[in-house]
Formats: sequence, C-alpha cells, structure tokens
Amino acid sequence: MSIMSYNGGDVIAMMGKNCVAIACDRRFGIQAQTVSTDFDKIFEMGPKLFVGLPGLATDTQTVAQRLKFRLNLYTLRENRAMKPKTFMSVVSNLLYEKRFGPYFIEPVVAGLDPKTNEPFICSLDLIGCPMVTDDFVVSGTASEQMYGMCESLWQPDLGPDDLFETISQALMNAVDRDATSGWGAKVYVIEADKVTIKTLKARMD
Amino acid sequence: MSERYSFSLTTFSPSGKLVQIEYALAAVAAGAPSVGIKATNGVVIATEKKQKSVLYDEHSIHKVEPITKHIGMVYSGMGPDNRVLMRRARKLAQQYYLTYQEEIPTPQLVQRIANVMQEYTQSGGVRPFGVSLLIAGWDMDEDRPYLFQCDPSGAYFAWKATALGKNFVNGKTFLEKRYSEDIELEDAVHTAILTLKESFEGQMTEDNIEVGISNSSGFRRLTPAEVKDYLASIG
Repeated sequence: MSIMSYNGGDVIAMMGKNCVAIACDRRFGIQAQTVSTDFDKIFEMGPKLFVGLPGLATDTQTVAQRLKFRLNLYTLRENRAMKPKTFMSVVSNLLYEKRFGPYFIEPVVAGLDPKTNEPFICSLDLIGCPMVTDDFVVSGTASEQMYGMCESLWQPDLGPDDLFETISQALMNAVDRDATSGWGAKVYVIEADKVTIKTLKARMD
Repeated sequence: MSERYSFSLTTFSPSGKLVQIEYALAAVAAGAPSVGIKATNGVVIATEKKQKSVLYDEHSIHKVEPITKHIGMVYSGMGPDNRVLMRRARKLAQQYYLTYQEEIPTPQLVQRIANVMQEYTQSGGVRPFGVSLLIAGWDMDEDRPYLFQCDPSGAYFAWKATALGKNFVNGKTFLEKRYSEDIELEDAVHTAILTLKESFEGQMTEDNIEVGISNSSGFRRLTPAEVKDYLASIG
C-alpha cells in the first residue's frame, strides 16, 4: 500500500497562448471505496493563481490552508499580489520544512503574473523540488497515463478554447485508465481578464 | 545574577516618554553627520568620516555599507551598534531570499530592521540602539528608489531628503531649499556633498567623507577617485 495512492487523484496544468489551464479529477476514495465525487484538488490562491494538490487527502486540505495563511500574510505585509514564481518558492519552502516527515502531496502551480500577465506553470515533488516547464505538468496516481496523453495532445500557443479541449481530453482519458481516479473533472482556464471554470461529467466509475 | 535583568530598562516616565529612547536620540544627534537624497533615477547616501588622527588607515573601515545588491545603509551615532544592526539586516535579507527566491523589497527590509530596534526598547536587560539608520534602496520590480530612516525607537520614516547627526536641523533646512521633485542622481550627489559641507569643520577631502548610490544597477559605494571628482566640481 502506497500512501500517495491511498486516496487517489490527479491534476494537470497546461501552458497556452497568454493563458494557462489547470484541471483535476473529483474522486475522493479510501483505497477501493469511493467516498465522495465532489472533492476538488485545485485551490484559488489569488485572482490569477491556482494550486493543485493531489495526493493524500488530509494533506491536500492542510497544505491548502497553510499556503493560504502564508500568502495572506505576504499580501498584507507587502501590499502586493504574489507572483506565481514566488508562490512556487513558498510552496517549496513549506514542503522542505517537513523534509524528514513530509506532506504526501505533489503540487502543481498555475497562474498569470499579476502585473505582466505572463503565464506560468510548475510542479513540485513532495519535499519541495520545483520544476518549471513551458508546456505541461502532471501529478497524481495516473501520472504515467497523463504524461502519455499530454505528450500526444499538447501543442504550443493554444488559445483558451483549444487549451480547454486539450487539457480536458488529456485528463479524462488518462483517469479512465486508473481505478482510483475519475468520477468527474473540473477545469479552470485562466486568462488575463477572466477565469472560466467548467465541470465535466465523465465516466462515473 | 540574570534574574535581576528580567525587567525592561526602557520604562515610561510620568510624562509618557521613554527617556532611554530620548537619550538614544541624543546619542544620534551627537554623532557624525549623514545625509540622504532620493532622486528620480536613484538614491544617494553620504556621511562624514573624520578621523581623529592622521595615523588612522581611513580606507580600511567603511560607514556606508551594502546590505544586499540593491540596498545600502549609512548611520549616525554609535559605530558598534550599527555593526550589530548591519549583520541583522543582512541576515534578514538573505532569509527573505531563501524563502521567496526574490530580492527583499526595501520597505520590507526597513520594517524588519525597525522591528528589531523596537524589540530592544521592550526587552529585559538590553538598551536601545544608539544609531539612526539611513537605508537607500532600488526596487527592481517597481523600478523606483526608496530612502528610509530608522530610529532607536523603532519608528521608520520614508524621506525624499533628510539629514541625521550633528547639525541635522541646519542640514534639513538646507535640503528643503535645495530639493526638487525632479532632481537627478548626479545633482543629488552634488547636493548631498554640499549639505555635508555646511556642517564640516576643515577641509573636505575624498578621504574624510563616504558616498553611496543606489540605482537600477544596484547599490555601490563611490570610490575615493569618484568622490574627488565631485569635490572638484564643488570647488
């Protein structure tokens, strides 16, 4: 039994042209038993900054709360919105603090720079090693499947609508090949002037 | 022995003042003059570094020191107290970088240093710092200059131009007349040196003043040769 696959769950983030998208499945289970079908793993940290936290569900909730704590204090102290790149460093710091008793989370960050609207995505491992990419990042129990889907479907400079289609297909088909993932999906498309959230009804099994 | 010092040495007087802080400010006002001016494209800080004997090796020790690549500091008051604060400031700046992978914004550094200074007015067995600091920084994100003063009380002020130390009242009056909103860094250095000259006894040379500038290229102390050029243009 692996701790990272005890609850199941996945997150993908993709880079588009002046936009980013982040998506997650909605299953919360305890090994084989599905307990909830509305457990989202993506949390809003700012108007244009989102973090996905797949892994052990208790840590998903705790890390989301602790990150918001740090981000709120930063915003109040510095009187400015946190940049996605800086947020990545905050996540990294939080995770490495627990180096020898880690949170069982492999986060994904997606957002636009508050001033320049430059798109940004990255993922981190459970002890805080950051990885910035310019195409896509995946994390979760179906990560192998997601890598395969993203590698085939992703192209650079996709517009918001095409990016939505691409990320949705990548996530849905990947989680269908994993027993502990699925039961619906939620997709966030983040553009300079708006954020579109869509809930997908996929194979409910 | 140590139980005797668990109370704060900075206690209120009946008139509502913290006398130790007043005395600390007096120590500052008796210290060597320092000056700071914010220009449109940078900040200049300068101080008098008069040595009591010709035997002093003037260029081995500096009063104008960098805290980070883009923030520098000068003081008026007790040198040893400044050293402690400088070490703390540098450490605080690096701690910020460790967490955020981003250079600390000047106002954030000033708030943290001022907090340290305040702690020493409300802790057991310690006395307030006998220095006022002038912190000059350039914000790379916002592309703008900052000039702050930190007092022994822990209060901090953002200035366009100010003077500290001996004769600071005259210095500030001089700056009030000379300062303009659109002053450029070159003129600001000029004006800073002139302000120091107002309270200077004797001949001002490149060996007995120190000047530092902070702009988009970062913070640096001017070399004696550069200071000499500015002095030459004053006459």
